[in-house]
Amino acid sequence: MADIQKTAPTSKRFFHRYIFLAIFTFLGILIALFILIPLAKVVLLSDKASLWQALTDAATIKSIGLTLYAALITTAVGLILGVPLAYILARYDFPWKSIVEGLIDLPIVVPHTAAGIALLFVFGRNYLFGKWFGAIGIQFVDSLAGIIVAMLFVSVPFLINSAKEGFKKVDVRLEKVSRTLGASPWQVFQRITFPLAWRSVAAGSLMMWARGISEFGAVVILAYYPMVTPTLIYQRFESYGLSQAIPVAALLIIVCAFIFIGFRTLLRRRPDDD
Amino acid sequence: MISLKALNLELRNFTLKDINLEVASGDYFFLVGPTGAGKTLLLETIAGLHNLKSGEIWIDGRNVTQLEPEKRNIGMVYQDSALFPHLSVADNIIFGLKVRRLPASDIKKRLDEISVLAGVSHLLDRKPGKLSGGEKQKVAMARALAIKPQLLLLDEPLSALDPETREALQRELKRIQKELNITVVHVTHDFDEAMLLGKHIAVINKGSLEQVGTTEEVFSKPDSEFVARFTMIRNIFSGNIFRQSENLSAFRTGNLELIINTDKVGATHACIRPDDITISPDISSQANTNSFISIIDRIEDRGMTFTCLLMSPWRFAAW
Repeated sequence: MADIQKTAPTSKRFFHRYIFLAIFTFLGILIALFILIPLAKVVLLSDKASLWQALTDAATIKSIGLTLYAALITTAVGLILGVPLAYILARYDFPWKSIVEGLIDLPIVVPHTAAGIALLFVFGRNYLFGKWFGAIGIQFVDSLAGIIVAMLFVSVPFLINSAKEGFKKVDVRLEKVSRTLGASPWQVFQRITFPLAWRSVAAGSLMMWARGISEFGAVVILAYYPMVTPTLIYQRFESYGLSQAIPVAALLIIVCAFIFIGFRTLLRRRPDDD
Repeated sequence: MISLKALNLELRNFTLKDINLEVASGDYFFLVGPTGAGKTLLLETIAGLHNLKSGEIWIDGRNVTQLEPEKRNIGMVYQDSALFPHLSVADNIIFGLKVRRLPASDIKKRLDEISVLAGVSHLLDRKPGKLSGGEKQKVAMARALAIKPQLLLLDEPLSALDPETREALQRELKRIQKELNITVVHVTHDFDEAMLLGKHIAVINKGSLEQVGTTEEVFSKPDSEFVARFTMIRNIFSGNIFRQSENLSAFRTGNLELIINTDKVGATHACIRPDDITISPDISSQANTNSFISIIDRIEDRGMTFTCLLMSPWRFAAW
């Protein structure tokens, strides 16, 4: 009986439970608004006429198309080169593994202008890879290939880390059982591991693509031309001022919002898939 | 027949040391031992999932030591069933047939056969997430058996189930094993399960085999203190054996003396199963050897049995 008296009255319990939720909701709304308001402001600042002007401006449309396309190619390259590494990191222990993992995170930490300069010293005309690829006719300075290299460098960590977490969640014993059932390592990866981790791989790809689209620092140093949208916004701002930069920025924000909200909805786990 | 010849293996926290073992074809063989003894590791090693440091594995006269797991044709069932969560029950069962690229008609026929045998025909369209623990294990069995394995490895397949389901599945396992006459190596930490289902048994501890024999042998004549404790003998004493005559010896520990029949002499252990102790209020039965007057200290109700803890001349448990 004494126990019952010790517990708080119902109204107090109610208060305790909801004060927690109220504080968390309040703080959550705060950060959401912090993200939403500046973006909305840019979109709302640009009146219909200037938005229309941006939409009919060949340079703007071309740059948005180029940005989306270059980031997409970059993500495809990232998938081919990054997923195997993610799998190895998730499954095996080897000497200096934590050093490898730290190195992969480095592009996120390094200022992207510095990343661009570093890339220039490897992919520039007279440097290591620049020479090799130059021999087969691929140029990295002021070219699509340069944009892709810059985007890849700064965005592939997002894919590798997300895919790695996805692979870790796949029980190793599922792989072991499928081996005993007669599947080769390739078949196991194709039929078991990848299908079970694909959501993480897809989420990582989306992040990587997004990071590629937004990249300015590294791209601008390696490839000012052809002009990706972040570079175009900067160039318009520098040459003509805010009023010319805003509609381009607004258009990119609108396009990205549609794409990313769409993909997030597609990737959302439905309750009946286990 | 499966022969393990001087297996040695090292893997981070686990090792297997000089494992020698033979399992006859059609045998229901048990591998028992405590958690962390290396049971799962040994099963996975037989399946080809780990690289040996030294030793050989032979199955039916063929050296499979260097063979990849997918070439060994060994079925495996884990404790938590390890069903592929993204595939239906039917697709789980036919996984091994699909990767072998068998014709669709053969796959269908085999699926029908095996799902009837394992009693899972009514579950084929479901996803593993929607099955009970017992159903999952039956599906895992069906999946392992679908490839017509020459050997079935069971890693504590019943440990996570409730007692009723476990008993039902024990009977199923026995039936299926008999029907297919397949060689089974079953890992468990439950000695009762081994007694019930197994013909032969190996006790493993810290990566080494402690004792191998028929279940009766291991149960009634444990080779070591570890095996005795593991087979649930409660009354284990360390002491000395003195020869008294041609075929009688006395085991002495403290003020207790037991007359026993053994060839051994010197410092050793003796054990008495609780169920081999008869408690009698009748003083006249004192006439027999190994009879003592004692006091019942405590009686514990264990459901099916009572445990009596006796006081003197030494602490005993009896039921």
